[in-house]
Amino acid sequence: MADGEILIDVRGVAKHFGEGETRVDALRDVDLQVHAGEVIALLGPSGSGKTTLLNVIGCILAPSAGRVTLDGETVFDGQWLRRDLRRLRLDKIGFIFQTHNLLPFLTAEENVAVVLDLAGWSVEKGRARAGDLLGYLEVDHRAAAKPALLSGGEAQRVAIARALANRPRIILADEPTAALDSKRAGLVMDLLRKLAAEQEACIVTVTHDEKIFDRFDRLVHLRDGRLADA
Amino acid sequence: MNLALKDIRHGLFRFVLTCFGLGLLMTVVLSMIGIYNGLVADALAVVKAPAADVWVVESGTKGPFAEASNIPLTTRDAVSRMPGVAEAGAINFQNIEASHAGASLRLYVIGYEPGHPGGPQSIVEGRGIGTSHFELVADRKTGLLTGETIRLGRNRFTVVGLVEGAMNAGGDPAVYITLSDAMALQTELDPAAQRVQAARGAVSVKSASVAAVIARVAPGADVELLTATVRQWKHLAALTQAEQEEILVSSVVDLARRQIGLFLAILLSVSAVVIALIIYTMTMEKLKQIATLKLIGAPDRTIIGLIVQQALILGASGWGIGLVLILTVKDYFPRRVVLEPFNVMMLAGIIFAVCIAASGLGVRAAMKVDPATALGS
Repeated sequence: MADGEILIDVRGVAKHFGEGETRVDALRDVDLQVHAGEVIALLGPSGSGKTTLLNVIGCILAPSAGRVTLDGETVFDGQWLRRDLRRLRLDKIGFIFQTHNLLPFLTAEENVAVVLDLAGWSVEKGRARAGDLLGYLEVDHRAAAKPALLSGGEAQRVAIARALANRPRIILADEPTAALDSKRAGLVMDLLRKLAAEQEACIVTVTHDEKIFDRFDRLVHLRDGRLADA
Repeated sequence: MNLALKDIRHGLFRFVLTCFGLGLLMTVVLSMIGIYNGLVADALAVVKAPAADVWVVESGTKGPFAEASNIPLTTRDAVSRMPGVAEAGAINFQNIEASHAGASLRLYVIGYEPGHPGGPQSIVEGRGIGTSHFELVADRKTGLLTGETIRLGRNRFTVVGLVEGAMNAGGDPAVYITLSDAMALQTELDPAAQRVQAARGAVSVKSASVAAVIARVAPGADVELLTATVRQWKHLAALTQAEQEEILVSSVVDLARRQIGLFLAILLSVSAVVIALIIYTMTMEKLKQIATLKLIGAPDRTIIGLIVQQALILGASGWGIGLVLILTVKDYFPRRVVLEPFNVMMLAGIIFAVCIAASGLGVRAAMKVDPATALGS
């Protein structure tokens, strides 16, 4: 896996909150490279900096120092190099949330198609792509259902379809199996591994779920904002 | 994909209920605007009805509506002979309480001379007064029907025609009778009272006086010159039509007008706050969804569109429901509710401005939302 193209390249990234006595160093000199097809887990106790690192890679949080390169484009080097970070996220990154975070007023298909609508796809092409993805994730029979009517597993698969809709090569997942039982959690992880392999994408997952540790190519431990080992 | 419409459709019942509530509030606002206009329109109706150019009244008064006015009936002949006067007529006014169909009916009785200015402008049903005595033309709001009779004073009058929109400043519907009947109604005593007066040796004086003489000027004649000429007679005063209207609005209905005006201002303020609160709350309830939209790459215009479009749909629906409701019920109000297109459009403009301003608060909150809020539980 490590032979693939580097999709995430984080060099010397630090992030602190506050100053003086209230200063908290959430990340300290973090270096991390993730390759195409690789599925890694960010592990560590609460407050170790996992979510902060995920937010930095997701261009949600500006690091205090360091350089971030995503899919070959350096997006942060002391400062953001792109003004439109939302467009960057739309084009390059897919997010999978702990709770699926589907928009409750849209159907499963529309929840997937909305990303494509934002990306400028035509309605017909967007619907076709959403239908294909839902079919691929074996949840197309629920395409017209609102999120409230989906089971936890169905909702999470729709959320994965949404994350993949615009063909991002970087997928960030925050506790994607936290709301699922162990069987469904295993199925979701198998699915993510399959997608990473087929679409040459990388997947970075924050998790505490020990039952799925064997599904990852690499476990990255964070402790007090530093990479402990890999 | 229109997210605003999708969201509305998702919570349609709640949204419709909110719109209906707002619509009821708008109904109250529109009814107050209508009542305000109606008050002014009612006050002016009786002045405008004779289509006069000049009102000749008692010297030193602002009669016949703001103050009592009493001038000799012969004034009409004197005025009609003046240069520039096309026609003149004497009129008088009085409020009476009559009985009709077992209920008391408050009427504003206008006495006029048939064939002279001062009578009803247009008869909507039946005919005008055709005989010298005991016929009347009534406003439809009296509830009287053509052919019916009603006792006014000592005599019974037959309703021969109906008009609309004729009333005094207090909203009492008007009836038109001949001037001679009106003068008799004003001065004739009940037989028992007449006997008491006779026993006391009092002499019955039937004063041939009227409240005012109205004049219409000939084309090209100078109204100001005519009023100035009339004022040279020391026992008379003359007011132009515009002055008479101004007296009514600024004097007779001024307190009521200001009272309703102030209440309307408070009501509009309350409505604005309610609209703002609804829109702001609607936005605050969606912050997590907005954070998700931001995280998946939605630009600001998509989020602003979601908030502003919903606010405008809410405002427009509330306005529309309010308009439909008030147009449905306005004729059931005891007094006139007059809604001008300008008022309705002005309220639409105010609601639009409030919705945009309230959306601004929501948009401000939405713009501050950290996309990271969508991560985690």
